[in-house]
Amino acid sequence: MVQIRGLAAGYHGDRVIDDVSLGIMRNDFAALLGPSGSGKTTVLRAIVGAADVYAGDVLFKGESVRKSRPRIGYVPQLEAIDWNFPVTVEQVVLMGATRNAPLFPWFRRKDRLRAGQVLERLGLDGLASRQIRELSGGQQQRVFLGRALVSEPEILLLDEPTAGVDIKTRDDILHLLDELNHQGIAILMSTHEINAVAAHLPRVICMNGRILADGTPRDVLTPSVLEATYGANMPVTEYRGMTLVAETPHRFGAAARNRGSSGNGYPETGHRHGDKGHLHEEVVGEARACD
Amino acid sequence: MTEPFEFEFFVRGLIAATMVGALAGMMGVYIVLRRMSYIGHGLSHAIFGGAVVSFIMSINFYVGASIWGFLSAVLIQWTSRRRSISSDAAIGIITTASFALGIALISRAQTFTRSFEAALFGNILGVTGSDLVAIALVTGVVLIAVIVGYKYLLFATFDTEVAASYGVPVRWVDTVFALVLAGTVVVSMQVLGVTMIAAALIVPPIVARQFTGSFTRMMVLSPLIGASAGAIGIYLSWFIDVSSGASVVLVASGFFVVSIAYASVRDRLLAARGRAGAA
Repeated sequence: MVQIRGLAAGYHGDRVIDDVSLGIMRNDFAALLGPSGSGKTTVLRAIVGAADVYAGDVLFKGESVRKSRPRIGYVPQLEAIDWNFPVTVEQVVLMGATRNAPLFPWFRRKDRLRAGQVLERLGLDGLASRQIRELSGGQQQRVFLGRALVSEPEILLLDEPTAGVDIKTRDDILHLLDELNHQGIAILMSTHEINAVAAHLPRVICMNGRILADGTPRDVLTPSVLEATYGANMPVTEYRGMTLVAETPHRFGAAARNRGSSGNGYPETGHRHGDKGHLHEEVVGEARACD
Repeated sequence: MTEPFEFEFFVRGLIAATMVGALAGMMGVYIVLRRMSYIGHGLSHAIFGGAVVSFIMSINFYVGASIWGFLSAVLIQWTSRRRSISSDAAIGIITTASFALGIALISRAQTFTRSFEAALFGNILGVTGSDLVAIALVTGVVLIAVIVGYKYLLFATFDTEVAASYGVPVRWVDTVFALVLAGTVVVSMQVLGVTMIAAALIVPPIVARQFTGSFTRMMVLSPLIGASAGAIGIYLSWFIDVSSGASVVLVASGFFVVSIAYASVRDRLLAARGRAGAA
């Protein structure tokens, strides 16, 4: 569906990504992982034609996105949104229908019905007339997902859709994306939530200016790939069939490294099923190598 | 009380101020929401330079000043796209340079002195029939642009970065916006003067925002507030003998004080109701 070929892109002459080649197929559900400044957002923006392209190209169904504006649902990072802007939930969602009737100055009845259906699907139907500031973080994220869905996209691009929300909301969002993916919408998202990606997504792409690894979480989330991606030693273990990436608490220090025998300078953790608190502290902690 | 209406020039001024107030109120919604409040102030100064150049080159004021203003607005947008120059710096550089050019030309020819004061502070006595036609034309064009481009303007104003990926021709929207903004400032100069235009653009939408959280209602309320300030301001200026621009802006500022007081009381009542509900 989307083919990125030898892409070099950035902003105002500065290259953020170089020689990126990537394919997104129909029904793909993939995450871009990498530290801040690694070019995750730039990849997404290049796909929607919002980054400067210096070499290579992005093709959507064989046609360059620079020549056409394909139906791609893009959900940007929400930190740039002016939450005091006087728009309601319904108005934001309807913005996604802007190109449905380009010559018609107002949103059509058909668009409003579609927006209503999307709001209902996202559990926001009672909030249509609310100003966007009045919503919780998870609801705000769903409003912008709704704007993308109203455009009836074949692929959804989401830039850190789980940033700044609690763990329950994060799981809700990822389950919702999984449902949408099962309905035939390809999904590519950037995130810093390594363990959530390992638990929910079938495909992970690690990058830092260029693509470093691409495959299933089990294949990609290895200490060597993570070190190449983040420049940090990040132990990986298995827990009940799930790949987990651990933090290294400061208190372990040299003593812990001396004690450890995992080969990566970190104490063995994968078999401590009887000590859940300890296990959580050592293993399940989120790998927040990024901002 | 009805004495001023016996004078044709006053009626013309009143109509002009009401239309200009509505026009500035309408454009102001987009300016405030785009966080470009300073552009009205800057553009009015830039157009002042264009007005002087038009006079020297014997070009019609509206044509010359509009072209100058449009070019200034486009230049500001183009300059501020460069990462090393912020939009407020771009506005500051381009508009003050243009204003300085006007001042330099005036200082070379002392005969401009009278028009210079009128352009700076507004002069209701100078509103002619052709001024009214120009104001009505620009108001009509802006109204059509706002209605036809409603969903494009809303999206481009709310989320400029993303709007293009949803099919909004952002650069075209920005260019048309610069054009109608230049037109608005040019036709407002005679009534309000260069120094008062910024307030007429900014105060009505901010007052409207205190009363509503809906963009659509704001688009209705802001022109009504601007028109009311224009009409009341001109009417009062007859009795208190001050410049028309200052009078209009002082009335608008009075509306602002009332709106802030209203919003403050409303917020306190809502907070008290919330506390009572929680108890």
